[in-house]
Amino acid sequence: MSALGTEAAKDALIVTLKTNAVSMALILVFGTPAAYWIATRTSRLRDAVVTLVELPLVLPPAVAGIGLLAAFGRLGLLGGTIEALGIDIAFTQIAVVLAVTFVASPFYVRTAVAAFEAIDPTLPAAARTLGAGPGRVFARVALPLAAGGLGAGAALAFARGIGEFGATIMFAGSLQGTTQTLSLAIYEQFDLDFDVALAISAVLVVISGAVLLSVKLLTRWRSGSTSPIPFAPTTPASS
Amino acid sequence: MALRIDFSHPLRAYDARVELTVERGETVALVGPSGAGKTTTLRVVAGLMRPHRGVVTVDGTTWFDSAAGIDLPPEQRRVGYLFQEYALFPHLDVSQNVRFGAPRGAPVAELLERFRISALAGARVRELSGGERQRVALARALARRPETLLLDEPLSALDAHTKASVRSELHQLLRELGLPTILVTHDFEDAAALADRIGVLVDGCVVQEGTAADLVSRPLDAFVASLTGASLLHGTARANGSGLTEVVLDDGRTAWSTHTASGRVGLVIYPWEVTLGREVTDDSSMNHFAGVVTSIVPVGNRARVRVGDIVAEIAAVSLDRLGLREGDTIVTSFKATAARLVPLA
Repeated sequence: MSALGTEAAKDALIVTLKTNAVSMALILVFGTPAAYWIATRTSRLRDAVVTLVELPLVLPPAVAGIGLLAAFGRLGLLGGTIEALGIDIAFTQIAVVLAVTFVASPFYVRTAVAAFEAIDPTLPAAARTLGAGPGRVFARVALPLAAGGLGAGAALAFARGIGEFGATIMFAGSLQGTTQTLSLAIYEQFDLDFDVALAISAVLVVISGAVLLSVKLLTRWRSGSTSPIPFAPTTPASS
Repeated sequence: MALRIDFSHPLRAYDARVELTVERGETVALVGPSGAGKTTTLRVVAGLMRPHRGVVTVDGTTWFDSAAGIDLPPEQRRVGYLFQEYALFPHLDVSQNVRFGAPRGAPVAELLERFRISALAGARVRELSGGERQRVALARALARRPETLLLDEPLSALDAHTKASVRSELHQLLRELGLPTILVTHDFEDAAALADRIGVLVDGCVVQEGTAADLVSRPLDAFVASLTGASLLHGTARANGSGLTEVVLDDGRTAWSTHTASGRVGLVIYPWEVTLGREVTDDSSMNHFAGVVTSIVPVGNRARVRVGDIVAEIAAVSLDRLGLREGDTIVTSFKATAARLVPLA
């Protein structure tokens, strides 16, 4: 336990929580409407968007990191534009947030699409005939009915984000107090102080266990209470 | 407040072409096999489906007009749509469901009272019985103050026991509301009980339209005849000098009809025009067919007896008197006037 008291562990915990909180907010705010859009379309554009969303899922994390560097790094595609605005992204906390968001978002979006698709299509249709416009249908019918699936997806994305390693170390580096997350700290402490590495690992085991448990509870709560609709799978289903 | 529909839309196997006017206070039933375009018609009216071409107007207000480029979204069309299985919101309680489409200041409490669901106001949808769900769905549809009512199989989700009472309640309600109403059903009996007019929809087209009595007495084709519950025998007709039509049935038997026809025909016999006897009786019936009783289904104080390919409906008392059992050989009799002939396609 005392090993957790080291500066490195404390800093890593704070960096991890801070960056993951921002990432989760980004994923929820942009991922939810995107998932709803995907779930309610059948066009070819939809297939293109789905492929784009799922790309980070199959991309090796190191490649993702290189890709982010190539896009946002100082010499990258958008680097010049961003530098002109006086912002430097690579090797900052913004880079950690971007890497985590990039890698974790498919876990949320895929589950969310499945949850929205599991809604009986006559329910939104009924809402329309009762005078609700598309916005109200989303807020009052689709969101509450998909809530269990969205929660489960968010938990999975959070678990993936907490453990993110490859893309972060490539794109953000491992600077203690700035970009060094728990996973990166384990890697560094592995050489410096094995006890600290072990202690941080224990923390991650507890977090992962808690996340998995909450997914299970969310699943049971949804399917057991309000909805006769088959619950969206917690593992990403084909979409 | 008349509802006028005229649209065409390509469906999987054929084009749906429906033209229909429903007057204020009138209920028109659309009956037909599944996939004939019944629900499609309702969805077009509600704006849930955009037809290839056509017009939908309610009391002179245009909801859809492909030529003029008018297509009001569903939320701007005032329809009361009762979905098959009712489509109640499972995450809301009964009063929240009813309130969902109600404009500000709508008398929701009154509606709950009227549909006898006040006591269920806080109940979840999954706790309700079929009959209660139907009343909640009706209250919810009416809270919107619709200008037209669309009912998709409103009775099919109910068990036989509840169905009769719900049907008479619904009939009373339609009368009171006085809205142009389209009722979709595959059950001719429901259509006859609830609707002023019945349109028979087959492969996307209204093949016959009229009152229930019209369809029973003058079915235009074999499908309409079987829909109304008649037995249908196939055969070849030719005129006989005596003024009767002789029909040689496909299985070799011969039947006589007062209706005129020639060539391939369907011989239509209604169950209530068939009498049963142990022997061929010397009465005014011209047609007597012996056969084996394959099923006996009691319906209230009557019984439906199937003898080969003919169904007879007789009083339960007569059934007892004949001592009829499945497997017995019995003679079915019907008059030449009861043997209607329809052309076969």
